[in-house]
Amino acid sequence: MSTRTIPIRAATGAPSQAFEYLSTKKDELVGWARKFSLFPYPFVTACCAMEFMAVSSTPYDTDRFGAALPRFSPRQSDLLMVVGTISHKQAPVLLKVYEQMCEPKWVMAFGACATSGGFYQNYGAVAGIDKIIPVDIYVPGCPPRPETVIDAIMKLQDSIGRAHHPIVTADF
Amino acid sequence: MEPTLFERVQQGLGLPAAAMSLSHGVLAIEVGAADVLPIATRLATEMTFDLLLDVTAVDWPDRPARFDVVYHFYSTAHAARVRVKTRVAEASPVVDSLISLYGSAHFMERECHDMYGIVFRGNPDLRPLLLYEGFVGHPLRKDYPKEREQPLVPYRK
Repeated sequence: MSTRTIPIRAATGAPSQAFEYLSTKKDELVGWARKFSLFPYPFVTACCAMEFMAVSSTPYDTDRFGAALPRFSPRQSDLLMVVGTISHKQAPVLLKVYEQMCEPKWVMAFGACATSGGFYQNYGAVAGIDKIIPVDIYVPGCPPRPETVIDAIMKLQDSIGRAHHPIVTADF
Repeated sequence: MEPTLFERVQQGLGLPAAAMSLSHGVLAIEVGAADVLPIATRLATEMTFDLLLDVTAVDWPDRPARFDVVYHFYSTAHAARVRVKTRVAEASPVVDSLISLYGSAHFMERECHDMYGIVFRGNPDLRPLLLYEGFVGHPLRKDYPKEREQPLVPYRK
């Protein structure tokens, strides 16, 4: 978000150093608000869950990035974190959860299995959740390091901050 | 010397010695498909084998009687295991269900039916357990292609 403070001359004529206002674009304003209020829905199915717990709790603490409070209802969340292997039997559940989330929504494929099926190639596993739902960011690793997850969150926030937000219309 | 549990099982069942062997501390018994239920009944009622640990199968694609159906029994009184194996052909992969003896047989026979297509005569509920309705074939048979997928939701383009 680009900010610019413009010193305003008070009536007395003395220049004021106070933070009077800032200028930005509407898209950037909305993006800035959205990127720091990600409410993740952890769709946790497998061993990556342990790494998810590590990254969301104290030492690494995704709270610092405004992506902390897990909501266990898809209607209250806007970041779907798919953590672990998705089986064909479970795919309809994942799709339903995704469809129940309100716009705007983003999807993170957390770990090798959610990204590509990982080392599974068989009758049971979906070879990557992007066969079923659109994915915004992929996190590699089996399981991913906490740093990788934090990097992914920051990259996602970056792209949210720079995106065009459909609520910004001429009347906004 | 007091006979061991395995010796007593061997004598009690009255099977030929060739049908039994000791494998990794487990007494392994090979029987015909029709003898599974009578032998399991005697193991359960007379010889203290009160737990049915597992029902599974092994696929030997080149063998005339293609499948081994394998049962593991456990005696909590003696901390001993017995394995019962039988052979069935692909044309009629049928064995008698053990649900009259062990409640755990319900789910384990369902799973075995899922994965290998073994039919357990007498089990009233052989619906898919780990698989789903509409799944065609039995994925742990050796002739099921490993890359064959049967998705429930249409893939995105």
